Amino acid sequence: MTTLEASPTVAAPPIRPPRTRSVWAWLGVVPFFLFAILFIGFPAMFLVFGSLYVEETKSIGLENYAGLTGPCCAIAFRNSIVLSVSTAVVGSVFGLLLAMAIILGGLPGPLRSGLTTFSGVASNFAGIPLALAFIFTLGSLGLVTKLLQDLFGFSLRDSGFSLYTLLGLGIVYLYFQFPLMVLVIAPAVEGLRREWREAALNLGATPRQYWRAVALPILAPSILGAGILLFGNAFGAQATAYQLSGGTIQLATLVITAQMSGDVLFNPGLGYAVAMGMVLIMGACIAAYSVLQRRAERWRR
Amino acid sequence: MSTFVTPRAVDTAIAPPKASRRRRPGGSWWAWLVFIIGATYFIVPLVATLEFSLRPNPPTFAYENVLTDRRFYASLIYSFVIGLITIVLSLALIVPTAYWVRLRLPRLRPIVEFVTLLPFVLPPIVLAYGMIRFYSRQPLVLTGTEVGSDFLLVAAYVVLSLPYMYRAVDNGLAAMDVRVLTEAAQSMGAGWFRILWSVIFPNLRTAALSGAFLTLAIVVGEFTIASALARDAFGPYLSLLGKDKIYEPAAVALISFGLTWLAMISLALVARGSRTRVQMGMPR
Repeated sequence: MTTLEASPTVAAPPIRPPRTRSVWAWLGVVPFFLFAILFIGFPAMFLVFGSLYVEETKSIGLENYAGLTGPCCAIAFRNSIVLSVSTAVVGSVFGLLLAMAIILGGLPGPLRSGLTTFSGVASNFAGIPLALAFIFTLGSLGLVTKLLQDLFGFSLRDSGFSLYTLLGLGIVYLYFQFPLMVLVIAPAVEGLRREWREAALNLGATPRQYWRAVALPILAPSILGAGILLFGNAFGAQATAYQLSGGTIQLATLVITAQMSGDVLFNPGLGYAVAMGMVLIMGACIAAYSVLQRRAERWRR
Repeated sequence: MSTFVTPRAVDTAIAPPKASRRRRPGGSWWAWLVFIIGATYFIVPLVATLEFSLRPNPPTFAYENVLTDRRFYASLIYSFVIGLITIVLSLALIVPTAYWVRLRLPRLRPIVEFVTLLPFVLPPIVLAYGMIRFYSRQPLVLTGTEVGSDFLLVAAYVVLSLPYMYRAVDNGLAAMDVRVLTEAAQSMGAGWFRILWSVIFPNLRTAALSGAFLTLAIVVGEFTIASALARDAFGPYLSLLGKDKIYEPAAVALISFGLTWLAMISLALVARGSRTRVQMGMPR
């Protein structure tokens, strides 16, 4: 370890490197920004201009965006939003309960740390393996399907449930939504100080009043922010849905996939417009999240 | 420090035994209920996958098939190597930048932070779409060759790793006195490269490692970008297997889960005792 410690004589004015307020100082960040321009900036600009360029008239216009209300995309965006909102709401509520159970519920230590690590794994366990795992669970040959049939004579298929619908996809998405909520909200729940609860109870509040008037208002920005993060997490997901739907469910990410592989009516302009639509929604999410995050920070020190 | 007693410690010390009613050592019933529901939901798909992978006769059939499949190893090694290259490039890009911004250009900080958050705004599928479109035509055609596509894949993964890597490294830098360390090294005659390599980087080991494991967990098994670029990576291999075979995908999905688990455990071990938090996953 080549750790150097600060000497106790810090009172002396620090020896600054010669003040070169010139371009040289900026040279240090050139590689980073060059990379960002090449691999984020240019592709993003390409999408912006591509979405504004109308192939038929060879001019700039908003016709591609008008196509978003057409048959391919209106349903896809609606489905994506419904799926993301519902999994974000359910995931937030249950994730919050789980975080509270872990942190405030007095569960034994090993369970707590185990669940935290597991949340880290599960929130990263998305995509193809997750889709497959649920096919083996709730698919037509899946373990749960089979057990329901064998033990209770209950046929999942006859009940109208299918994994390959929006509802089925939602159940799968929750597998990475809960754990993400646990990870994101845990610091805020940990930040609820014991003194606040005691002060409230000393003033004659019931535990319920403490939650309604103190804890939940403090947690509110964090919960809302985390919910928005979950929305974005589901909205941008592609692999899980791709593996499960096989083209039967329309989602915004799958429209882009289809445009890219070119196995449907190929219209790059429309593809760019769908991509830009997603970027705008994600951008709004991240902006809202950072605002709420800043509000939540007030209570943490 | 020994004279400082936390309020919590005082509480437990002076609280009458009755107070433990609220916090029984076993935990309250609702906490157990929520925990059991959550744990069931987490574990059942894994058990189902295991059961499915063992259904053929003999039970090891699927595993034998997978473990003798050349493409299994080829795709896994490919993804792993791409992941390692991504980590090295990402660190080489971010450590000097974060360091320099802290030391000399603090005004640039919000801008750099903004750039590192852009991958959250551009979902992987959108990023892949833009990249492929832009780099499949003049002036820079990269998608035409194998090497070019590999390069694009690494570039895309470095972009994906930016938020995690930057936060991990920046937290690490916050934990040390960058200015004093730099001045001390300079007064001993070290140049910029030497400062970064022998002073800053060793102090960032924990942060860099946690960023690295997270990047590895994301990259190995990533499907969206790898399949868009038609790379024979682990994600596309598993996807194809899922459509071609019955029992083998279950075995590989479990192996994939084990790998993610391994990466996260390493992350937890590395981050233990440091202030680096386990970061969240990416939409996939």
